[in-house]
Amino acid sequence: MCPVNFHEKRITGIGVSEGVRFGHAFLYAQPAAHISFPQQIEADHVEMELERLTSAKAQSLSELDLIIEKSKESLGDEKTVIIQGQRSFLNDPAFYGDIVNHVKKKYLSPEKAVQTVVDKLTAVFEKMNNAYLKERVHDVKDVAERLMSHLQQRSYPDLTQMTEPAILIADDLTPSVTVQLDRRYVLGFVTRYGGETTHTAILSRSLGIPAVVGAGLPIAQIQNGDNLIIDGELGLCIINPDPDTTEKYRAKLQEEQRFSERLSAFKQGPAHTADGQEVLLAVNMGMPEEMREGFVDEAHGIGLFRTEFLFMHTDHFPTEEEQFVAYKKVLEDWQGKPVVIRTLDIGGDKELSYWQLPIESNPFLGMRAIRLSLQEQGMFKTQLRAILRASAFGSAKIMFPMVTTIQELRQAKAITDEVKTGLRTENIPFDEKLEIGIMAEVPSVIQLADRFAKEVDFFSIGTNDLVQYTLAVDRMNEKVAHLYDYFHPAVLRSINSLIQAAHREGKWVGMCGKMAGDVMAAPLLLAMGLDEWSMDATSLAKQKYRLISLTRSESRLLLSKVLDMDTAEEVRLAVGNFHL
Amino acid sequence: MYTKKVTIINEEGMHMRPAQLLTEKAGQFSSEITIHADEGQAADAKSILGLMSLGLDKGTVVTLTAEGGDEKEAVETLAKMFDQGFGEL
Repeated sequence: MCPVNFHEKRITGIGVSEGVRFGHAFLYAQPAAHISFPQQIEADHVEMELERLTSAKAQSLSELDLIIEKSKESLGDEKTVIIQGQRSFLNDPAFYGDIVNHVKKKYLSPEKAVQTVVDKLTAVFEKMNNAYLKERVHDVKDVAERLMSHLQQRSYPDLTQMTEPAILIADDLTPSVTVQLDRRYVLGFVTRYGGETTHTAILSRSLGIPAVVGAGLPIAQIQNGDNLIIDGELGLCIINPDPDTTEKYRAKLQEEQRFSERLSAFKQGPAHTADGQEVLLAVNMGMPEEMREGFVDEAHGIGLFRTEFLFMHTDHFPTEEEQFVAYKKVLEDWQGKPVVIRTLDIGGDKELSYWQLPIESNPFLGMRAIRLSLQEQGMFKTQLRAILRASAFGSAKIMFPMVTTIQELRQAKAITDEVKTGLRTENIPFDEKLEIGIMAEVPSVIQLADRFAKEVDFFSIGTNDLVQYTLAVDRMNEKVAHLYDYFHPAVLRSINSLIQAAHREGKWVGMCGKMAGDVMAAPLLLAMGLDEWSMDATSLAKQKYRLISLTRSESRLLLSKVLDMDTAEEVRLAVGNFHL
Repeated sequence: MYTKKVTIINEEGMHMRPAQLLTEKAGQFSSEITIHADEGQAADAKSILGLMSLGLDKGTVVTLTAEGGDEKEAVETLAKMFDQGFGEL
């Protein structure tokens, strides 16, 4: 090798999903913006322009052929059909034929003709009632974009070109891009944009591979094929690492592999403590891509199904049918295991591109979650109808987010009853025994837990918001982020008192915040009697491994000491010592 | 001209796969083949996008019309595909 010693470069971002990976960089470029083009052409240029169009079509066809060939192995039948459909558009009179006509008869430039035809088709597809067909407008746009890029002699980015394991580098990854992804080849992600709740972050957690997101402009320094190390714990991406660094990370990777081998024994099956108590561990989910083979055997069910993603990765309010199909699929995938579906939780930091919410000075204290659903009842009823209809296909439970008053709960339940009555008169089946619960994430619910417990079937503690509202800390604000801590005695007492109040009424309590997957918190939650622990899939095995070393009697001793402490620091120290 | 009425019996309606099969088959005939739906909407049976843009759901009745040298054979062949649910049943 060349003796010249290049110095490594380091890029930092937000680390998602712990772990270390070595790999080569694979750059996924976003489709470049269109180069400007003339609208009209001269009449005597028609032949020439048509030739340009023909060659762009030929290039697009041969690319699609290649994708179809590959996709048969890696993508499965359903996606292959969609790409075959895209291919046939290129021979379709209503698409390609129409484009040619616009060039021939109206002297439009091929680019303008493509645009015109796509706009026309988009308008037609948007009016359709059938959700499946409506979605196909994206295929029309996709194939048009491919054709356009060849007309302008740009290459069309394509993840199917990724044919060996690599670390994927991108500005951002959208669901329509990641469906093309052959997961066997992805070692990790580094993205320019995004935070912990973006599509890429969630995908990486569900695949159990590390990612560095929101790394910003410096990712431009990464070249295709560069040697990379990514460290998902520190949020670090090292480009062309020095030998010392490589050595250090080799050791870290080996240690990680040894640990994960030990963990793999705990991956499947239920969790037990050392004294034989079974603990129900569930997972948080929100996107179809998170589903994978064998997943169902690893968890008790879904403790939190976030419906936001259905609403966020689209350009319109999802219809009842679109939602129904999505909920039904999750319920069927989980084969009768419980799935807690949370109604739309937007506002605060979560927004929808097609629905402008008024700007508020305190969004986290403003119009969000259930408040929004109770205001926009049409949307709320559509969602409830879709969930109820899907409930006939598995074991669904409905959960309302950020309830703060009993009236909100009663109103939401009354609307649910109204939707049920409608379904009954239409003879549409649904689960008559479906449980209804609320998120416990604001102090008022903790204070009135005994009252709420009489009117719900269950609670699920959202620790992220509960900490924020109990300690008055905005965790996005760096200046106060150090105050954000679920080991604060005030938070622990809140959680404990809620669980006891619910149990007195014979109701169960789950937890779907980050704390449920934290091995340090395990003895406390066990001692409190938390019924269902719902976490990111990557935490499951670790938490099972942790529980097997715990007993209820020792954990209760720890809890009683901790509940008597003054500060989070004291609690952390006690919990840390207990862990050793 | 040769004409026949058919009903869509596929669960998901005229989605990508049946539309593909239908246009492929239609392309093998020289006749002009048209599919007429409600309210005067019609599409070229050789156009997958045309077919899909009719947004045909399960239970919809459409009229197949062909004009040309092989019109009868064309309509009968395609009608049979509808009746058999495009092999999806």
